[in-house]
Amino acid sequence: MKFLFDSDTWQEIYGSIRKNKVRTSITIIGVLWGIFLLVVLLGAARGLENSFNKLFGNFATNSVFVWTQATDTPFKGFQEGRRFTLTMNDIDVLKSEYSDEIKLLAPRNQTNNLIIKDFKSGSFKVSGDYPILDQIQKKQLLYGRFLNQNDILSISKVTVISEDMYKQLFEIDEFPIGQYIKINSINYKVIGVYKPSNTIDFDGDCAYIPFSTFKKVYNTANKVDWMMITGHEGTDIEQMESDVLLTLKGLHKVHPDDERAFGSINLGKRIGKVTGFITGMQFLTWFVGIATLIAGVFAIGNILLITVKERTKEIGIRRAIGATPKSIRQQIILESVFLTTVAGMLGIIFGAFVLFIIDSAFGQGEDAALINPTVDIPIIFIAFVTLIVLGTAIGIIPAHMATVVKPIEALREQ
Amino acid sequence: MIKIEDLHKSYPIGKDSLHVLKGIDLHIKEGEFVSIMGSSGSGKSTLLNIVGLLDGHDEGNYYLNGQLIKELNEKKAALLRNKFLGFVFQSFNLIAYKTAIENVALPLYYKGMARKERLTVALDYLDKVGLKDWANHLPNELSGGQKQRVAIARALVTKPKVVLADEPTGALDSVTSDSVMDLLKDINDEGMTVFVITHEEEVAAQTKRIVRLKDGVITSDELTKVAKVV
Repeated sequence: MKFLFDSDTWQEIYGSIRKNKVRTSITIIGVLWGIFLLVVLLGAARGLENSFNKLFGNFATNSVFVWTQATDTPFKGFQEGRRFTLTMNDIDVLKSEYSDEIKLLAPRNQTNNLIIKDFKSGSFKVSGDYPILDQIQKKQLLYGRFLNQNDILSISKVTVISEDMYKQLFEIDEFPIGQYIKINSINYKVIGVYKPSNTIDFDGDCAYIPFSTFKKVYNTANKVDWMMITGHEGTDIEQMESDVLLTLKGLHKVHPDDERAFGSINLGKRIGKVTGFITGMQFLTWFVGIATLIAGVFAIGNILLITVKERTKEIGIRRAIGATPKSIRQQIILESVFLTTVAGMLGIIFGAFVLFIIDSAFGQGEDAALINPTVDIPIIFIAFVTLIVLGTAIGIIPAHMATVVKPIEALREQ
Repeated sequence: MIKIEDLHKSYPIGKDSLHVLKGIDLHIKEGEFVSIMGSSGSGKSTLLNIVGLLDGHDEGNYYLNGQLIKELNEKKAALLRNKFLGFVFQSFNLIAYKTAIENVALPLYYKGMARKERLTVALDYLDKVGLKDWANHLPNELSGGQKQRVAIARALVTKPKVVLADEPTGALDSVTSDSVMDLLKDINDEGMTVFVITHEEEVAAQTKRIVRLKDGVITSDELTKVAKVV
């Protein structure tokens, strides 16, 4: 180990590197490119993953949406093609029967209406909702608050509108909270303004009013358009989905094998597909990065081998004047390790720099395509150590070649 | 210093083998100035390589400084070369990207001497061969004679027992040849054993003992006028 800290060792390596600037730089670029790609690709993949996570972040991903369609099988005296609606009774049954699985259950009723404020108007979706909607899909409020239980109980005529609706219906600088807007000729007090999620959003620009108010105003009685169900952590959502559907089929006298009667979306499954894609991409990233890295290391080995051939005579001279095979080997392996290390460090620095640029260009703001494109330090460390190990391993071949040639043969070469 | 008894060496050429040295007996004492004469193919280079521990021999005994050389591994050979032998080659064999002083200092590096000390010693020896002012020049900035003198300084720097010179003047004109030979003579006068291989009569005539080699056997072994004068 002493030779590692010997300035002469490094003097020798510096000498041989200085002698072959072009060769050295090409070699370095080979490995640099490999680790650079690895860092940038991993960083970009992480950025994409982060932005996907953010996409789903304000949505409870273990959710199932259920609505009704028309039956496709005659059952219990009913013809096929029968239409029916979900009711509040279903909600109560599900809540009591699946209390272990279901965390949140939000029945929803929706319609489209003309909304008027003074002389301005627009046609928007109106949604009757429970406060728990805020828990399933977090509402980012700019002003005021979301619906609460009091609004439900007192059947208040209050509404929470979107930012765009606010801009469309109100004057600039007009404070919306406490003002009244007319929905279907009925006055509602604006209690909140939210910013719609620019990621997953089923509602768009929508005026949220209490579920109870919706029921009364639109005379929906027990009818429920559709519902959002969120499972507890660790619940098998797919199982829950099929169980819930089976229960609902029983309640509505629908054939158990009816495929069309209920529509449902399992959000977790959808997201799983996307995250599967990301996992695949990460695997690809690793594969490409490591393959490039190995190619780079082999390039170093190759170049060193050529160098050794080129330097047969020099090595012969060195051995004639007393260099032991060990010292020759050490020098060549150290040269290899030194080159890979320097190249690796430069690659990591350049990679980090490019990630920094990517971050400034695409990683900022709400609609960022790549959020926080970063690579974990342990991963970098492992890649770096691997690189050095490979550098050593690949240096052994030319080092061995250098010592098998007898000095006499080396010297004879002109 | 060097004692060779019934030395044989052959090289395999395809399926056959070429018998190069056919029983050499040679005894060189400390402080001698010997030249080996012979035309090309006479086996003189082979002999030098064996003496220089650059190559092994097949049969016979070789004693260097009283030590029997037998089945040397590369590491031992390298150590012995570094300790006892200094080489001067026909084609100088300086390392092209090292300055004169670095070239001279290189054997000391393998000896494990510290850099500062090494460079001081190397400069002393460059001074000895009259090239102190050229210490920081690269080999391609030096003339042939200067290069050979750097090579000699390099051979001497480890204070070897024997200096082995393989056609030291082969690549030089007659004037520089003489200066190189004078240098070798000076070295010998200081008590070092010098072993020169040449095919030039004038060069051999400047040494003290001429051993003539032909087809792998010694044909004559005599002292020269130079030796008789002294």
